Amino acid sequence: MTATVFEKSKPGRRGYRIPEADCAKGKIDLAGLRSAPPGLPEMGEQDIVRHYVELAAKNYHVDKGIYPLGSCTMKYNPLVNEEVARLEGFTGLHPAQNEADCQGALELMWRLERALAEITGMEAFTLQPAAGAHGELTGIMIARAYFLDRGEKRRIVLIPDSAHGTNPASVAICGFTPKTIQSNERGLIDPALLNREMTAETACLMLTLPNTLGLFEREIAEIVRIAHAKGALVYMDGANMNALLGIVRPGDIGIDIMHINLHKTFSTPHGGGGPGSGPVGVAKHLVDFLPVPRVTERKGAFALSTDGPKSIGRVHPYHGNFNVFVKAYAFIRSLGGPGLREVSENAILNANYLMARLKNSYDLKYPGPCMHEFVLSARNLKKYGIRATDVVKRLLDYGIHAPTVYFPLIVEEALMIEPVETESKETIDRFAEVMEKIAGEAETNPAMLHEAPVTTPVRRLDEAVAARCPDLCCPGDLE
Amino acid sequence: MSYIQNTDADRKEMRERIGISSFDEILEPIPERLRCAGALRLDEPLAEAGVAALFGELAGKNRPASRAASFLGGGIYDRHIPALVRYVTSRSEFYTSYTPYQAEVSQGTLQAIYEYQSLICRVTGMDVSNASMYDGATALAEAALMANAIAKGGKVLVPRALSPAYRAVLDCYTAARGIALEEIPYAKNGTLDLDRLSSALKEKTAAVILAQPNYFGLVEPSHELAALVHGAGSLLVACVDPVSCALLAPPGEYGADIAVGEGQSLGLPQSYGGPLLGFMAVKTEHVRRMPGRLISGTTDLDGKRGYVMTLQTREQHIRREKATSNICSNEALCALSAAVYLTALGEQGFREVAAQSYAKSHALYSMLAATKGCALPFGAGFFQEFVLQLPTDAAGFLKDAASKGVLGGIPLGAAFPELGRGALLVAVTEKRTKEEIELYRDLVAGKGAGR
Amino acid sequence: MNPEECKFTKEHEWIYIEDGDTVLMGISDYAAGELGDIVYIELPEVGQKVTQMDPIGTIEAVKTVADLYSPVSGEVIEVNEKAVAKPEIVNKSPYDQGWFIKIRMDDPGDLEVLFSYDEYRDFLGEQHTGKEDEAEDR
Repeated sequence: MTATVFEKSKPGRRGYRIPEADCAKGKIDLAGLRSAPPGLPEMGEQDIVRHYVELAAKNYHVDKGIYPLGSCTMKYNPLVNEEVARLEGFTGLHPAQNEADCQGALELMWRLERALAEITGMEAFTLQPAAGAHGELTGIMIARAYFLDRGEKRRIVLIPDSAHGTNPASVAICGFTPKTIQSNERGLIDPALLNREMTAETACLMLTLPNTLGLFEREIAEIVRIAHAKGALVYMDGANMNALLGIVRPGDIGIDIMHINLHKTFSTPHGGGGPGSGPVGVAKHLVDFLPVPRVTERKGAFALSTDGPKSIGRVHPYHGNFNVFVKAYAFIRSLGGPGLREVSENAILNANYLMARLKNSYDLKYPGPCMHEFVLSARNLKKYGIRATDVVKRLLDYGIHAPTVYFPLIVEEALMIEPVETESKETIDRFAEVMEKIAGEAETNPAMLHEAPVTTPVRRLDEAVAARCPDLCCPGDLE
Repeated sequence: MSYIQNTDADRKEMRERIGISSFDEILEPIPERLRCAGALRLDEPLAEAGVAALFGELAGKNRPASRAASFLGGGIYDRHIPALVRYVTSRSEFYTSYTPYQAEVSQGTLQAIYEYQSLICRVTGMDVSNASMYDGATALAEAALMANAIAKGGKVLVPRALSPAYRAVLDCYTAARGIALEEIPYAKNGTLDLDRLSSALKEKTAAVILAQPNYFGLVEPSHELAALVHGAGSLLVACVDPVSCALLAPPGEYGADIAVGEGQSLGLPQSYGGPLLGFMAVKTEHVRRMPGRLISGTTDLDGKRGYVMTLQTREQHIRREKATSNICSNEALCALSAAVYLTALGEQGFREVAAQSYAKSHALYSMLAATKGCALPFGAGFFQEFVLQLPTDAAGFLKDAASKGVLGGIPLGAAFPELGRGALLVAVTEKRTKEEIELYRDLVAGKGAGR
Repeated sequence: MNPEECKFTKEHEWIYIEDGDTVLMGISDYAAGELGDIVYIELPEVGQKVTQMDPIGTIEAVKTVADLYSPVSGEVIEVNEKAVAKPEIVNKSPYDQGWFIKIRMDDPGDLEVLFSYDEYRDFLGEQHTGKEDEAEDR
């Protein structure tokens, strides 16, 4: 256990000093001053370093090993990206600086937007959304504005039952009613069912491609046709874009709105939960509704245009997570067109190879080629009293991070596995061996799996106590 | 440059194991006609050195405020950042890890965020902080949605003297949700018009937004305002500059229901306005309505102290369309920066930053008050930035100043035409030196003399 | 309460007729087991009118949330504050200490559509629910 910074605090210690004031410091002549100091910890620099180094050692991370979390695309985060993102020419810009001072930044944003448009086949992008869910919200706001502009009152958004929870949540914020459509026995959208559900009240079909099972919607052309025939838009959640680079361009197949996660497909690190970036691309008929300001280019000069009478406005106070753009664009420039296609091909090959290795040790509900990820079920181990949780906790004891578990909801005891393109065959083989071994242990030594993990900094934690009596803030009288 | 490690031989073995002879067989579910016809038309790939050169060139086309004498503020500030912050956030144990779903192997992130939550509670004086929001503006918008949900409907009152960027985001979110916003003007002294607020509160009001300090840098009478708002049975949403909380009564002291704000000042570079750090802290009674992740202390099977994500039933992955928000990824690494920053500065250092910002901004204010040809319309009741009115269009002054390496402030004329085309928002942080402040005064004096 | 003397909804609430028109309600042991560790319950207030099979509250486990439906129409006349304060007693004693509310029924005819204990057990034979849910980030 590592004591908190509050427990380590000792009055009088300092971890950092700003320069002495070079002007007179008078009395604070304001009404409504703070009555008592906040009680911040007081530590020296060395002990702060040690504190965080100790904490760091308790984290699993991509630089340590494979991170097969399905739909999270935990690929390697290239070092050169980090290096260029730290250039002061990027980190030192204030968002209110005039355009002339920010030409390099605007050019980078413009080029990234154009690159994303080429990669996806969408007409134009906004880079404002700070995360994937923020992108979904922005996209649905665009759909809302589009129908308002057309004077159409449509209130339903159809979402497959395999969808991520952010989809219905994003839709609800915009005042739409999400309606679930059931996947068929192959884990896909059934066009006939969709046709029945799609009415003049449907604003949007919100789908994920490939879907959260790692499956490509074979009938996507028909699905899009059905939606468009009823005047509805098709929103594509692009969280799984790592499967499609250079293979399928969503714009070419009729997708109207999509978001991309730069922190997945384009290699920017997740930072323990963010910052991410969720640019939104739209087809031609929706460009006017994109957030402002937009970056424009004229004869090599870049500017910000706030001109957009139909625009939804702003979803970010400035331009989005700019520093993330730098890393994503560095990735795109490192790889180029053929390199991006190799990303998806290798991601798909790795996933299919791993699936082939594991499908006999675990249940595979939807057989057939997968895209960049696949979903297994641990229900075959239930007879030994073993659940998906037990399997992944045991993985931790082998020093390997868990896949995504219990998602998508339509697969019982789901283990959602995404090996990504940057992992080598040896690493994937090792993962497969351990997974096979655990399936065997489930039969021979289920008690050990129930006990797992035992080698981690802490063992299974009491989440019920945390939820009943949350301890969310270190008490104030410690120091 | 490619980051793929598998060789052709590896791929061949893998295909054999899958039972295919060519990769294209796996693409069978994708109809041929939907596939890309040719390669993506992107620039040629670059080796690492080429990437470094290209980005060096792009960065070189910028003139970053961090290298100038910057008087730009309005929500993003040029401050001293301890080397510690970059050291910690550059450790790949933090930056290449994911959201702490597997708590047993994420205790580093979890404890750091728990400490962040605790630090935000201390700074704001509130009971509970979440693990972060995207930025101050979306945190404010989410607070408006949250307050509207707690109050079961009703309009939200918003001060005119709010950052236009925040206002735009608030407009966007509340329009989508169908929540009415009503603007409350500022009085002659630049702070919220309390009479207008009182009359607006006569109708059912879900919440009132207080910007503290407001966009003009002025300190609002928080206690008085809070009493008025609570007296009318409405919720108070305080949008605060965290650094100001070192000196001013924090939201917890005047009983704000929800406190939000921008944490960029807490150790984040300006980064052209992103990534940022939205913080949100609430009274305990509202915690189940709160958006975003929460980290709780608990114990493991052996009774050892540990941390987990908690109250997850509020969140989208469980409650889906009934969730308190759709937020999922947040700004964890930025929250870590803030935690390191506040720990490094500590009790004394944090106050010192605020006190120096106050002293330096007031020093410039006093110099300008004694300078002919400019006006200071709202008095000295500000924290670290103030409105300056020049007799001529601010653009000319800003251009002259820039040529001397001074970024002279944010022009206010477009968003607040009533302040005139010569109005500027001038911020002075602890980082500005005496020379820079005097240079600013001289620039104004030169301009004021009608040069 | 003896569960065999209770009546059940298909949403797994039970009621026990105390006397005449007042009923106690809670959730079945099956529901409590499926939810796992119950961590929070949100119940209607005393005096609130409830309508048969309308949602009147929520029950939360660590990673699940379920709506609570009123088995009958009427008025809430008592709330089990002990269960609100210590929701774990619902897991420990779903038919006794872990009751939720007391309702004064408007119409005993409401009882006719509810399952008897045996009918509820047959109904459970067809039930299957998943329980946890973790997902990736967007």
